[in-house]
Amino acid sequence: MRAFWQPHRIVLVALALGLAVWAALTMRWGWIPRYAPLALEGMWRTIWLLGLSVGIGFALAVPLGLAQAAGPWWLAAPARAFCTVIRGTPLLLQIWLVYYGLGSLFPQYPWIRQSELWPILRQAWPYALVALSLSFAGYEGEVMRGAFKSVPAGQLTAARAFGFSRVATFRRVWLPQGLARALPTLGGETILQLKATPLVATITVIEIYAVASRVRQDTFIIYEPLLLLALAYLALAGVIALGFRWLERRMVRGLH
Amino acid sequence: MLDWLFAGWPGLQASAALLALEPPGWGGNLLRGAANSLIIALGAFGLGLVIGTAGALGKLGGGPVTRDLLAVYTTIVRAVPELILILLLYYAGTDLLNQVLRLMGQRPVEISGLAAGIGVLGVVQGAYATEVLRGAIQAVPRGQIEAARAFGMGPLQVFRRVTLPAMLPLALPGLSNLWLIATKDTALLAIVGFSELTLETRQAAGSTRAYFTFFLAAGAIYLVMTLVSGRVFGWIEARYRRGQARA
Repeated sequence: MRAFWQPHRIVLVALALGLAVWAALTMRWGWIPRYAPLALEGMWRTIWLLGLSVGIGFALAVPLGLAQAAGPWWLAAPARAFCTVIRGTPLLLQIWLVYYGLGSLFPQYPWIRQSELWPILRQAWPYALVALSLSFAGYEGEVMRGAFKSVPAGQLTAARAFGFSRVATFRRVWLPQGLARALPTLGGETILQLKATPLVATITVIEIYAVASRVRQDTFIIYEPLLLLALAYLALAGVIALGFRWLERRMVRGLH
Repeated sequence: MLDWLFAGWPGLQASAALLALEPPGWGGNLLRGAANSLIIALGAFGLGLVIGTAGALGKLGGGPVTRDLLAVYTTIVRAVPELILILLLYYAGTDLLNQVLRLMGQRPVEISGLAAGIGVLGVVQGAYATEVLRGAIQAVPRGQIEAARAFGMGPLQVFRRVTLPAMLPLALPGLSNLWLIATKDTALLAIVGFSELTLETRQAAGSTRAYFTFFLAAGAIYLVMTLVSGRVFGWIEARYRRGQARA
């Protein structure tokens, strides 16, 4: 702590605080009370979209990585092709392909329109979730490929020698060790995924970024909502970084 | 020539007609958009390299204040979504420029989308490039730089003759990643209304209702860009690694 408070830092922090106070006093913040409920709703939507897409994407990434690291060619080749295509095209394009493409395809089939799922499929968020999850799976499939490959072969041989079945070897040796090696990368990738979520605002999902855009359109106030929004994302990124640091300390305990 | 293919797959002929280069088809618009995307990506990547080099040198050799300010810059840019940075920098940049022009007694101007796109994405790229180049410069053995100084080279000469060639092979994988990010980030400019590939595609798809045809075609163009640049970077890396011990 002592190392942080060097004289020049005190001046810089004072300047930053001064800037913050100046912004709070002179900029226009009157719109906040009116939009606060909507902003909280948007924040919550951002968080669950991020959490669900990271969860689903990672669940897809494990088989994708495994297929590339150890699968036969007829599994490895499609997995590699999927990762290349996802990583080689912009996420915005993928989101629009899923939303406008699938969204224009589904209503053509009467049995889909009459199905129980139709009320859900008419909304935008399922398409956002699908696109975000597939994107995360594509990037993380590549990460998990490297992680699985980096587990020493001797560990797997030893597990087999102890009489572990193939499933048990994977579950108790290969996956935990690969995961521990991938965790630092996964933390960074989760922050990248957070930074990708505002793109779903372009397909009418009202998350926190869309709320800020609404404020801008309604009130013609440009900077204030954007600055507050940047602060919100900084805070979320900080929470994610801390969470992964905690997770890393727990997971890596036994391994090094 | 393609008749047999069209006979077996009727939808394909319609798609091919939509993608034709001449005006009834939209292929020309897509290619123009792709050219715009490439120009912006090249400009932003170049600007990012300039900012990144200055930032890396500042982080390594600058005073305490410079270093702290650079840390703030790289942290904020890497934690806030590009979309928000683009909007903030776009509005703030236009405002600032016009206020400066007003002070100088000039009339306000409209910034061209191209210049704004390059400027904004360049600032974003610069933050990532700072980190990539800082890591690479730090990995150059100190003895080499000290030896260059002992031979009487000035700081610029040391950088040009020793630091730069020695760190380039280490920086290239990170830089090639940054280039891929630059090509894909150009798509974000669609949201501020700049007619690059993604926006052209959406307009074409919207007016013909052939969403799959156009989005898949645009995806293929992006994919070709990234695959070709992957090859080019692989080739450059192989060239610069020639002198290194591990092949």
